[in-house]
Amino acid sequence: MAINQTAAPEYAIEVNDVSMVFNMASEQLNSLKEYFIKLARRELFFKEFRALDHVSFKVPKGEVMGLVGTNGSGKSTMLKIIAGVLEPSEGSVVVRGNIAPLIELGAGFDLELTARENIYLNGSLLGYTKEFIDEHLDEIVEFAELRDFMDMPLKNYSSGMVARIAFAIATITEPDVLIVDETLSVGDVFFQEKCERRIQSFIDSGNVTVLFVSHSIEQVERLCTSAVWIERGKQRMIGPVKEVCEAYRNQFN
Amino acid sequence: MSATTDLSTTYAKSGIAKDVFILRQLVTKDFKLKYRRSVLGVVWSVLNPLLMMVVMSIVFSYLFGSNIENFPLYLIVGNITFSLMSDSTNAALWSIIDAAPLLKKVKVDRFVFPVQKVLFALVNFAFSLIAVALVMLWFHVMPTWHLVWLPVCLVLLMLFCIGIGLAIGSLAVFFRDIIHLWGVVILAWTYLTPIFWDFSLLTSNPAVPSWIITLVKVNPMYNYITFMRDIFLWQQSPSMTTLAACVLWAVVMLAVGFVIFRKTEHKFILYV
Ligand SMILES: Nc1ncnc2c1ncn2[C@@H]1O[C@H](COP(=O)(O)OP(=O)(O)OP(=O)(O)O)[C@@H](O)[C@H]1O
Ligand SMILES: [Mg+2]
Repeated sequence: MAINQTAAPEYAIEVNDVSMVFNMASEQLNSLKEYFIKLARRELFFKEFRALDHVSFKVPKGEVMGLVGTNGSGKSTMLKIIAGVLEPSEGSVVVRGNIAPLIELGAGFDLELTARENIYLNGSLLGYTKEFIDEHLDEIVEFAELRDFMDMPLKNYSSGMVARIAFAIATITEPDVLIVDETLSVGDVFFQEKCERRIQSFIDSGNVTVLFVSHSIEQVERLCTSAVWIERGKQRMIGPVKEVCEAYRNQFN
Repeated sequence: MSATTDLSTTYAKSGIAKDVFILRQLVTKDFKLKYRRSVLGVVWSVLNPLLMMVVMSIVFSYLFGSNIENFPLYLIVGNITFSLMSDSTNAALWSIIDAAPLLKKVKVDRFVFPVQKVLFALVNFAFSLIAVALVMLWFHVMPTWHLVWLPVCLVLLMLFCIGIGLAIGSLAVFFRDIIHLWGVVILAWTYLTPIFWDFSLLTSNPAVPSWIITLVKVNPMYNYITFMRDIFLWQQSPSMTTLAACVLWAVVMLAVGFVIFRKTEHKFILYV
């Protein structure tokens, strides 16, 4: 959440030559015996898998950028690195301002706790202050439309209801940088529209920089002004949204 | 929507403020989950050390402790102090592995998880202090001003436990063997610590080799328990040796834990 106000403040997100190496070792090391076997085979701990390979791009303040690519090409990984959940193996990322990461919602949710308790727990993890949550609890509940269920344990919720709460907490305040990973597909049709409206209102405000991942190319073209195409961890193309989406579609022909 | 909200109050002002709020939420969660479904609830945390004390008094007073004044009080103080260490480290051992779903979802300072477990053990310890008060009442042992040392002792013991928790919590991510090993360590440690026996039994017995006596003396838990017994039972300030040993162990363990944690924390997410 650190606000970095040094050089080149016109970019909200800078991704500099980022690579991400994951551990593909077939299983975790669960015993000493395994340890020695693997030590002998030289595949102790680590079997490399490169999910991102030297990716670089910059998102100017207030721009809405899309990120496209087929399944497993590294989009979610890229977003998690920007959100600070993952640390890149090489390269660096600079983010200027507060991030609202709509990547994996509901961090820390405990099914035994009530919705109210979970709002505070999740809010603390998102970096909100207690006073802020106190003040906006009503708004969150209102947006999720679950007022009558606030003191029910989350385990009795449907998955869509959990997603509503999670989305409501994460978007209760206007962030500087919004990162969206297909979260729009949660909840019923009405709530999806409500989520999209909220994101649209962030975009319309002009203050929010948005990085947007969706498999719906139409949605990307509608919402974004520019786009990056990542394929199997490699950056294939970057530019105006029309051109990138056009090229992305044409790869299948 | 809150475009009007002052941003400075929306987000925690510093990393520390954020971590403190997270820790409060996490410890509250542990507390609620532990007591929500139980009829007697927190009463158990008072009752448990009392029952242990009764059992141990019956078993051991004829063996080791007959010459100790207020032997049950001796037992309960030793026992709850040792339990504070064993409970907190046993929980911290799993803390990072258990936090995996959270670590994969959100950016968070990873040290909060071992610390959360140690703080939660401290909360339970607070309830067992009620049991100690009851026992003191029963034996007409009046509390004295020496109890002002209690926070000092607890802070040192907490730092010691956090140090262990950071170390074993991190290592357990990479070597699950640590989990099995730690049970054995705690068991050996229980016997090496004068919880239900009297240290003078060792020193007065010429058959005991001197290295065992030294081992017990440098044993950090011996020192923390002696500290606790000094202020609760013998109503005196801790000796300089005890105090120095407690400080030294707290600092050393915290440093060791911190270094191990720092060296490994960047790789947690690749292994959990
Ligand atoms: N924690 C992890 N450990 C090992 N490999 C991982 C991990 N996370 C992701 N990967 C691998 O990295 C690659 C990229 O995954 P990622 O989730 O970023 O893809 P994606 O572009 O979001 O795909 P999708 O369109 O299906 O959402 C995949 O091959 C995946 O197996
Ligand atoms: Mg994805």
